[in-house]
Amino acid sequence: MWDYTDKVKEAFLRPKNVGEIENADAVGEVGSIVCGDALKLYLRIDKATEKILDARFQTFGCASAIASSSALTELIRGKTLDEALAVTNQDIADFLGGLPAQKMHCSVMGREALEAAIANYRGAPIRKTDAERVVCKCFDVTEEKIRRVAMDNHLTTVDEVTNFTKAGGGCGECKPEIENILAAIWSAQPPLKPLKPKGMTNLQKIALIQEVIERDIRPLLQADNGDVEIVDIDGNRVVVALRGICSGCSMSEVTLKSIQDKLRELVSDDIVIQESR
Amino acid sequence: MSTIYLDNNATTRTAPEVLDAMMPYLTEFYGNPSSMHTFGGQVHKKIEEAREQVAALINAEPEEIVFTSCGTESDNTALMSAVETLPAKKHLITTRVEHPAVLNLCHHLGRKGFRTTYLPVDMLGRLDPAALDKALDDDTAIVSIMFANNETGVIFPVEEIALRLHEQGVLFHTDAVQAAGKIPLDVKKTPLHMLTISGHKLHAPKGIGALFVRKGTRFHPYIIGGHQERSRRAGTENVASIIGLGKAAELARTNLEEEISYLGRLRDRLERGLLNSCPHARVNGDIASRLPNTANISFEYIEGEAILLRLNEFGICASSGSACTSGSLEPSHVLRAMGVPYTAVHGSIRFSLSRYNTDRDIDTVLEVMPGIVNELRELSPFGRSIPEGSGGQTKEYT
Repeated sequence: MWDYTDKVKEAFLRPKNVGEIENADAVGEVGSIVCGDALKLYLRIDKATEKILDARFQTFGCASAIASSSALTELIRGKTLDEALAVTNQDIADFLGGLPAQKMHCSVMGREALEAAIANYRGAPIRKTDAERVVCKCFDVTEEKIRRVAMDNHLTTVDEVTNFTKAGGGCGECKPEIENILAAIWSAQPPLKPLKPKGMTNLQKIALIQEVIERDIRPLLQADNGDVEIVDIDGNRVVVALRGICSGCSMSEVTLKSIQDKLRELVSDDIVIQESR
Repeated sequence: MSTIYLDNNATTRTAPEVLDAMMPYLTEFYGNPSSMHTFGGQVHKKIEEAREQVAALINAEPEEIVFTSCGTESDNTALMSAVETLPAKKHLITTRVEHPAVLNLCHHLGRKGFRTTYLPVDMLGRLDPAALDKALDDDTAIVSIMFANNETGVIFPVEEIALRLHEQGVLFHTDAVQAAGKIPLDVKKTPLHMLTISGHKLHAPKGIGALFVRKGTRFHPYIIGGHQERSRRAGTENVASIIGLGKAAELARTNLEEEISYLGRLRDRLERGLLNSCPHARVNGDIASRLPNTANISFEYIEGEAILLRLNEFGICASSGSACTSGSLEPSHVLRAMGVPYTAVHGSIRFSLSRYNTDRDIDTVLEVMPGIVNELRELSPFGRSIPEGSGGQTKEYT
C-alpha cells in the first residue's frame, strides 16, 4: 500500500470542491482514460479583478490524483489568475504533506490543468500542439513537457522524470532519449538547488521546522553529546532549549545562529531563533 | 472494524490446523533432518510424511516432489533445468499472461540469446492450444503454461496441451500456484513433466513451495550445494513450513469438492450482486472455465486504486490490476493481453475468496460497493459521458 500522508488520505476520502461549474468562465482538461488519469478543472472568474471566485474539479484517477485536484482548487481559490499561475506542482504536493515519489505526476497534472484553464480563459493557445515532438508514445509525453517539468522540479534522472511525467514508464523505449534531454538541459545549466516551499500554511511551516530540526540539526548536536528541543513556534519565531553539552556552552550563540541559518535555508528567510530561558 | 479478506490469490491465512502441525517443529523438535541421530531422524520422517501429503494432492509419487522456498523458485527451477539439460535448444514458449516468476525469467533468458514465444490469449483470457502447435519447433527446450491465471482465475486446457506435447516429446511445465488446492489436479492423467505449487496460496505459510518433477525427467538443480532433496534442491530444509505445506495439502485434498461448491456459490453471489447493482461493471475472464474463488470485475470509467482505498475504509481487502496500485505505470499485463478496453482496464478489481469467507462478507461488499462506485463516478470527468447499456459479459452471465 502506498505510504500516503494523512492529508492525502483526507483529501481523497473527502475531496473539496468536487463537480462542475455550469457556464464556467474557464475549463482546463488534461490527461485521458487511456493514460489512466484525467482532470477537468472549472473556474469562475471575476472579470474585473481576474480573481478566482470558484474552482471545482472532476478527476478520473487514483487517490493521489483526486487529492491533488482537491488541493489545487483549495490553493487557487481567491487568488488572481497571475497569483494562481505561480502555484507549482510542488506547492500542490507540499499542501498535501508530500506525495510518494512515483505519484508526483498527479501534482503535475494539477498544474497542467490550471495552465490549460487559464489559457482557455485568456484565449491563448494551449501548450501542446501537433507540432510538438512526442517522446513517450505510451503516455503521449512531449519533449517540451519533459524539459519543462525537469527544469521546474530540478529532475536529473530518468526515474525522476518518469515519476513526474510518466514518460518512460511504459515500454521504456524512450528512456535513452529522456536521458539525452536531461543531459542537454543540465550541461547548459547545472541543476539549481531546490527552492524553499512557498505559500505554506502555519501548520505546514511548523511541520517543516520540526522536520528540519529532527533530520538536519539534532543528529549533529547529539553526535557531540548535545541536543536541542523545540519549546514553541509562533509565526516566524522558533523558541528552542539547548540540551546536554550545548546547554550553557560558551559557543551556544554560534549554535543558535547555525540552527537559524539552516531553518532560513530550508524553511523560510524570516525565521528567528530564540533560546528559552 | 473487522477485516473482510478477499485477496486470497495474493496470499491466504495460515490454517489453524497447519499452524498446530508446525509448532512442535519450531520448538521441541528442532533437529536437522540430515543428521544421523534419532533426534534429526524423526524430523526427516515428518518431512517424508509431508512429501506424501503434497504428492497426494496432485496424485503424484512422493519421490516426485521437491520442496523449494516458493512458487517463484519452483518456476525458475523448472525453466532453468530445461535450459541446463537441453543446452542445444534455444527456444522457450510461454504465454503473455504468466506470472512474473515465469514471464520475467523468459525476458531475462531472451536477453541472454534465447528465442521466446509468448502465446496470446483471446478477449476472455483463453488460450488456443492450436497456437502452441504453430509456435513449436525442433529448437523448443520447454513450454511453460500456467494452470490457472492469478488475476482472472481462467483455467487453461493444460491436460489437452500436455497430451499434445507428450506426443511430440516436448518438455512441459505448468505453474499451478493458483490451481493447487482449488481444483482437482492429477499428474497421472495429465502427462506434464513439472508442476509448481506455492504454500501460501493454500493456507500454508509464506516461504514454502514445491516442484513436481516426473520420474525420468532430466533434471538440473537450480540451487547447488548439499545433498538435500535427493540433490535436487540444496539447502537445509524449512522444516516447519514443509510440514505446514503437507498439512495444508491434506486439508485441501480432503475438503476439495466441498470447497469448490462453497466458494463457487459465494463468488457467484458476489459477482451477480455487483453486476446487478453497479452499472457498467463487467467480468474479465472466461466465466465458463474459472477457479471457483476468483472474480475479476471492471468498474468502468473509474480507477482501481481509488476503489481499493475506499473499500479499505470498510475493512475490505481486495486487489486491482490498475497501474496505480503497483508502482508501475502500466495496468495489468493480463488484462491488456486480453484486450480489455481502456475504459475498463484501469478500474479492475480482483476479489479472491477462501474457505474463511462467509455470506456476511459478501453482504458487506454488496452493501458498500454501489456507493463507492457511484461516488467515484460522480467525481469522474467521464461520468456524464458513460454510454447507455453495459459492456463485457454482463448479459451473458445473467
